[in-house]
Amino acid sequence: MTNGFKTYLEKNIEAAPLAVFRIFFGLMMLGSIIRFWANGWIESLYITPSFHFTYYGFEWVKPLGSLTYVLFFVCAIAAVGVALGFKYRWAIVVFFLSFTYIELMDKTTYLNHYYFISILSFLLIFLPANAYFSLDAKKNPQNAFDQIPKWTVDSIKLLLGMVYFYAGIAKLNSDWLIEALPLKIWLPSKFSTPIIGNLLAEEWVHYAFSWGGAIYDLVIPFLLLYSRTRYLGFFLVVVFHLLTRVLFPIGMFPYIMIVSALIFFDVRLHHKILGFISKYLKISKDSFDNGNILTPKKSFTLNLKHGFITLFFVVQLLFPWRYILYPGELFWTEEGYRFSWRVMLMEKAGYAQFKIVDKKTNVWFYVDNKDFLTPFQEKQMSFQPDFILEYAHYLKEHFENQGHKNLGVYVDCYVTLNGRLSKPFIDPDQDLIQHKESFKHKTWILPFKDEIKGI
Amino acid sequence: MKKTGYLLSFVVLAITIWACSSDGSSTDAGSSDDEVPVTFDRGAMLTNWADNIIIPSYQAFQVQLLDLQSAYETFISDQSVSNLEAVRVAWESAYKEWQHVSMFEIGPAESIGYRLNMNTFPADTDLIDAFIAIGTFDLSLPSNRDAKGFPALDYILNGIEVDDTTLIALLTNNANSVNQQDYVAALLADMVSLTDDVVGQWEGTYRDTFVENDGSSATASVDRFVNDYIFYYERFLRAGKIGIPIGVFSGTTEVNTLEVLYKPELSKSMFLEGLNAVQDFFNGKHYSSATTGESLESYLQALNTVKDGADLAELINDQMDAAREIVSALDDFKTEIEAANPPVPMFLAYDEVQKIVPLFKVDMVSAMSINIDFVDADGD
Repeated sequence: MTNGFKTYLEKNIEAAPLAVFRIFFGLMMLGSIIRFWANGWIESLYITPSFHFTYYGFEWVKPLGSLTYVLFFVCAIAAVGVALGFKYRWAIVVFFLSFTYIELMDKTTYLNHYYFISILSFLLIFLPANAYFSLDAKKNPQNAFDQIPKWTVDSIKLLLGMVYFYAGIAKLNSDWLIEALPLKIWLPSKFSTPIIGNLLAEEWVHYAFSWGGAIYDLVIPFLLLYSRTRYLGFFLVVVFHLLTRVLFPIGMFPYIMIVSALIFFDVRLHHKILGFISKYLKISKDSFDNGNILTPKKSFTLNLKHGFITLFFVVQLLFPWRYILYPGELFWTEEGYRFSWRVMLMEKAGYAQFKIVDKKTNVWFYVDNKDFLTPFQEKQMSFQPDFILEYAHYLKEHFENQGHKNLGVYVDCYVTLNGRLSKPFIDPDQDLIQHKESFKHKTWILPFKDEIKGI
Repeated sequence: MKKTGYLLSFVVLAITIWACSSDGSSTDAGSSDDEVPVTFDRGAMLTNWADNIIIPSYQAFQVQLLDLQSAYETFISDQSVSNLEAVRVAWESAYKEWQHVSMFEIGPAESIGYRLNMNTFPADTDLIDAFIAIGTFDLSLPSNRDAKGFPALDYILNGIEVDDTTLIALLTNNANSVNQQDYVAALLADMVSLTDDVVGQWEGTYRDTFVENDGSSATASVDRFVNDYIFYYERFLRAGKIGIPIGVFSGTTEVNTLEVLYKPELSKSMFLEGLNAVQDFFNGKHYSSATTGESLESYLQALNTVKDGADLAELINDQMDAAREIVSALDDFKTEIEAANPPVPMFLAYDEVQKIVPLFKVDMVSAMSINIDFVDADGD
């Protein structure tokens, strides 16, 4: 490690920003879980479907029947623990595990936002977010500090900045910038939006939104970092996220991002927020301002921790580039698409008709997907190759259990991408049973036959 | 301090908007009706659908159904072969007219399960025989849907006896005649009352409800109706009239699942009527007129001028023409199915019919930003 980095690690900052972040994060997560539950989504997404799409390597993660409610309950309690800073280390570990388990149960519901929450809560395990203004700090004054290592706050800024910046990089492609797609498809259908509805059919608006969105994502981390542009940056954060909230069904995410962006602000703001909370809840904030500095003892474990978090970020920075290792168009094959902050980049839809063939007698029939999948699952399955493969294997097993033998499973699949006319997506002559899921390139995806230039 | 004030007001604004905005799925109360979209007026399309297609088609069907009912009454009062023949003719034209309204399963039709009440096939002949023998039955029960409607009439008019004189004898001069006659009268009365209900609601308040819900949420009329329309095409026209009988989903032919099983030369005509209705609707063609209005076709055209993509509307029309051509060239469906296993010509025809599904379900829906089926979850 270089000297500069070493001295950086020893720098301190007031603990208030991280405490505020912890409180808001916990509350937002609690709100998200309550909303999810109240919408009946636990039932409709995890309990009703008889089949679930799993992540490669995590096939064992399945919904737990009615115990799934318990899982969400545990997750909610953990979120409360995080917000209060009560047995924080336990709370955040339980939150990370339960939340991640929930996300892994069915990849139909995959959202970059959920992945963001997962890795953010993982990072939070290693940060002293309970050192200040927490029940833990109150109960154990010897563990209470109002100064903590600066890198702990910076690591959250880095993660947030990374999400924006990578989302911006992902927009640097010809569909987004030259064709203003998919916004050109999506925005006109939002004509009933109050005030701006009429504008959304105008072509210049599609370009303005596309370019504006890309530039916003690329520059916002820097605007937030520098004190002179911070207020402008935050103003843009609020406008951007509220606009996306009004236009698209993206749930809690805009609010999470708006509130998270507060971490970039000066500690004075955080003290004000905490002062406000103290006044309302009649907490003595002064007792936390003890002047103690959290200086972790230099040890092998500490070095290990620093090394581990560095590694975490290196992986995060590299992971979105893994698509380069695959041939073919990323948007078409989606090999290396997930976990890379590619948000709202494609209008993609598909239609998949599976054919079950008795390879000895050549007798065949089509599958009615509605017998096995929910509409949501069918929608997601019909344009994502890994879904198609997993479903094909599931169908084989299902029909074998019914007594059919020597089965082959073929699919007629058509996919449209960003308004291009639908094209065959999967080689209809390939028996999908002969192929296994892996990180290797899926040779049975038909070529895209068009080009999207850019990153 | 001042800056913090601004900051807090942003947060408050954010939370207010959050609180006020619905979660994307319920009725779009926030949208105002007087906004005129620049490219394409969904409201004008809904008006055209309701006033020039849906309501006139329903009314025409209602007339045909009443004609059938009165033809039957005439036959009962004068049981001649020619009057029986008149009943059959009326039944056939009402059945064909039905193919033009079956796809409108939204609103009043949806809430009473109109389609399944009118045309669930194959008919359960044992159940029908039993009902006639006992003389008591409740046609309003969902479990009795396969003992009524057009398929039940098909069975009684065309399936019980081979020649007309024996059928007339059965209906009029038999221990069970009264029950026979009552049953047919009850079938007709049931169909008429269901139809009166649906047509009455469209003529009443539902038309405005339908037209005024011109937003673009998952519950807006266009989104919902397009879903219903595609569902009809896929499930009832494609699968119900061809796919299932030729064994596309089971691997073996099931000739007994044909529509109009007892007058099988009509199965093909019914399919073609349905296909015509679907295509006319797509093109916004006014009922029994060559005039067209705003439609899915013109909507696609409007979007295409913006998108500069392939002419999807033309592709869809071409594919429907291709499907019609190949199906028309077939022998009647029963003959085709019984001629060979698998019935290859019909499979080839099915493929052409099938090709429209991805064009509808993938391309059209994607171009219009319509959610296929109601998927209630967050997006990225």
